Amino acid sequence: MDITKGTAMEMRERIINKEISARELVKAHMDRIEEMEGKINAFITVTKEEAFKKADLIDAKIKNGEDLGALAGIPIGIKDNIITEGIRTSCGSKMLENFIPPYEATVVDKINKEDGIILGKTNMDEFAMGSSTETSYFGTTKNPLDLERVPGGSSGGSAAAVKSNEVALSLGSDTGGSVRQPASFCGVVGIKPSYGLVSRYGLVSLANSFDQIGVMGRNVKDAALMLQVIVGHDAKDSTSTDMERINYLDDLNEDIRDMKIAVPKEFFEIDMDNRVRENVEKAIKVFEELGGKVEEISLPNSKYGLPTYYILSTAEISSNMSRFDGIRYGYRAKEYNSLDELYMNSRSEAFGKEVKRRIMVGTYALSRDHTEDYYKKALKVRTLIKNELDEAFKKYDIILSPTSPHLPFKIGERINDPVNMYKADCFTILANLAGICALSIPCGYIEGLPVGLQIMGDRYKEIDILKAAYAFELATGGVNNAL
Amino acid sequence: MRYKTMIGLEIHVELMTKTKIFCGCPNDFGGDVNTHCCPVCLGLPGALPVLNKSAVEYAIKAGLAFNSQIATRTRMDRKNYFYPDLVKGYQISQDEIPLCSGGYVEIEKEDGPKKIRLMRIHIEEDTGKSIHTEEADTLLDYNRGGVPLIEIVTYPDMNTPEEARLFLEKLRATLKYIEVSDCKMEEGSLRCDININVIDTQTNTRTNITELKNLNSFKAAVKAMEYEEKRHIALLEAGKNTEGETRRWDEVKNETIVMREKGGVADYRYAPDFDIAPIVIEEEWIDEIRNSLPELPHDKKERFIREYGLPEYDAGVLTQSKELADFYEETNKYAKDPKQVSNWIMGDVLRRLKDEELEIEDLKFGPKDLAHLLELINSGKISNNIGKKVLREMFETGGKPEKIVKERGLIQISDEGELESIVKKVLSENQQSIIDYKNGKDRALGYLIGQVMKATKGKANPQLVNKMVREMIEE
Repeated sequence: MDITKGTAMEMRERIINKEISARELVKAHMDRIEEMEGKINAFITVTKEEAFKKADLIDAKIKNGEDLGALAGIPIGIKDNIITEGIRTSCGSKMLENFIPPYEATVVDKINKEDGIILGKTNMDEFAMGSSTETSYFGTTKNPLDLERVPGGSSGGSAAAVKSNEVALSLGSDTGGSVRQPASFCGVVGIKPSYGLVSRYGLVSLANSFDQIGVMGRNVKDAALMLQVIVGHDAKDSTSTDMERINYLDDLNEDIRDMKIAVPKEFFEIDMDNRVRENVEKAIKVFEELGGKVEEISLPNSKYGLPTYYILSTAEISSNMSRFDGIRYGYRAKEYNSLDELYMNSRSEAFGKEVKRRIMVGTYALSRDHTEDYYKKALKVRTLIKNELDEAFKKYDIILSPTSPHLPFKIGERINDPVNMYKADCFTILANLAGICALSIPCGYIEGLPVGLQIMGDRYKEIDILKAAYAFELATGGVNNAL
Repeated sequence: MRYKTMIGLEIHVELMTKTKIFCGCPNDFGGDVNTHCCPVCLGLPGALPVLNKSAVEYAIKAGLAFNSQIATRTRMDRKNYFYPDLVKGYQISQDEIPLCSGGYVEIEKEDGPKKIRLMRIHIEEDTGKSIHTEEADTLLDYNRGGVPLIEIVTYPDMNTPEEARLFLEKLRATLKYIEVSDCKMEEGSLRCDININVIDTQTNTRTNITELKNLNSFKAAVKAMEYEEKRHIALLEAGKNTEGETRRWDEVKNETIVMREKGGVADYRYAPDFDIAPIVIEEEWIDEIRNSLPELPHDKKERFIREYGLPEYDAGVLTQSKELADFYEETNKYAKDPKQVSNWIMGDVLRRLKDEELEIEDLKFGPKDLAHLLELINSGKISNNIGKKVLREMFETGGKPEKIVKERGLIQISDEGELESIVKKVLSENQQSIIDYKNGKDRALGYLIGQVMKATKGKANPQLVNKMVREMIEE
């Protein structure tokens, strides 16, 4: 059997049992990357040399009988907006095409400490702005299930790499659905943890009050394993939460009898692909069959989620993008006659269209004359949405919905229609607005294209959504058309 | 008074915490360029700021010393603008909810005390420094980037440049007292911007506010304000008005010069900085800080009057700075007469410091040395005048008074035998003066004593010489 098709858990087992060496495992995956990259372009940078070096270290550990970490030998892809020391971190942008960071993200540190092997940096929409990976400066990533279609975004490279067995696990980042939507489009499991659960130190900010690093794997257990490694308070991130650590793997079981499940009626009033709707409705029935108590609820404020999200996130983006000014690092225009021109030319030449669009929108929303009507109002609406979801979670354990209202679309189909592109985030943004956790799990296939089911859970109740997803996965035999 | 001047100040003060406000880099002045830097204070992508608790504590200290209200819940905001010394394209500052609001500084004017009200004190990060070279290049040093600052904003309660000066002196003294800043204007740890305009109280017209920047000493600030006051009044008298512009003080030309024309007000697009968790300040912590505050200038002055029996004026001068007050108190530990110590410090010591534009910290000798000098005088080993001479040498070399007196052979001659021949010689050479004295010219006696002092290079005990000269003339 091709080792790259296995789960991360299996790979770890086989490494520990000395059935395969870390070097062999990395070699198999490097071969797979070589085979697939020409077709899907999931990576911006492949770190072959470093990966083999790390594999040899792990093999030496095994030889010396040393204890191995939780990710022993597992090949991992890291989204290219997560800082890796000494390895280019481009954020999918011309701006950072040559940026080699002198420090390490906390999550990367943790992966290294647990003996995970990073195979490279995955492709993404420029600075994580996009839902299709089409805004990347390094070319579009293609959906491994249909090369004419997008893998979703912005963590499209991370999802495609996991789906196509280039890596077993990957990290993405999720600001408005950027882990869950590509997970849905590529038919893998993607988790966006609660805000504060995972340190953001080393994640290049998109919208810092929404961003969370998330994980992707080919099944729930794999994703839970990865999540287990990266969670925890970090003194370098004052928004990370100091709380008791839960062992997601040990506590994971498929018993969801009496789990209280909510289905918001407004979600199904949204314009969506009927096949997606039917598929998700079928999935909801599975939860009832498993003993879950499903009830319809109303979240009247949820319909304001989209404008609220886009006002607040672009406002934060406009500020976060300011540091890329061509002065200290990153791209600097060759031609300029003044300081202002240096700024303008560098930013004009190195930022793509979508990045500029969001900077413009956000700058407008924050400007003195409009901040009351847009930014400050949106902050208030965010609180209303958060309160509404908090209320719902007093009664229910999880909330179900589609992850995306439609199937993976064709490359080029929507790139010039930003509003429709944004609208597709309607289900995923709520979790980011409220800081709660959510995941996407495949729940069916339509003409070979996957449908994702979103399971939202209360803040820091990752175990609830993992249990629900695990039960669903077992009941449906893992709706996973492995490649 | 027809014209009323209104002056409001914005003062930036660097806090002397060990580390910077959002990272662990050392907060030291100087150092090789770009050596006190890390991913956080360089604003590298992905790096996150974590608020230094000491910076908050120092700012609260300042707030308490100035009678401000301390916020129990606040946050950091982003002030967005582009400049090469600003690494993130925004400065982390405070907008809507300053850490400290209200408060006042009381200044002592000749006609009594006056309260200058504070609007707010907030915390923020300092920026790096641009170094403009002769080749028209700009180099950047980010060592200062992320140094904690407080910005103190006053109401326009000062009506003369002198009031503003008194305010600044008092503010600086207090901040140094509570040890939150060294307030060195020349190193930029205290920077002051001034808003000034004038109202014609008869016509109720007022000039547009001029903002004065880049003032590198209190002296320059006062000169700039005096200049502006006159300029505003002259324009009012001519029926004109000022432009609402920013000007700087030109030391050479002795005038203010336009820095920035009046333009649209900058839009900083303030928004909360969500990278930093909300700041919650417990009442207990505020109490703890309040209890840890050292004695403030006013209380110290009262105590000096009470404890050392000093006149109010002396106590006021000696408590102007904590260092001076400490020097005075330390000297007293080794000296017997508090008023004498006060006289010497307020007289010769301060005069010399002022002449050389030095601070008490710059003295080469310590309080104990001054006390020993006074002891030499009080015990009659040297005269008062020789004492002053010794003090001058102590200023220059930092030598011990006993050693200077010994090495220079300055010990007072109080031995009549030793003085007798000198007095005799002086008298024999100045017969006319003796006659004058006998004829009732008292001045002649002083002249003769002076000649003896001169002959002994001032070492003779003046009282003894006085006695001997009189006696010998009588003989």
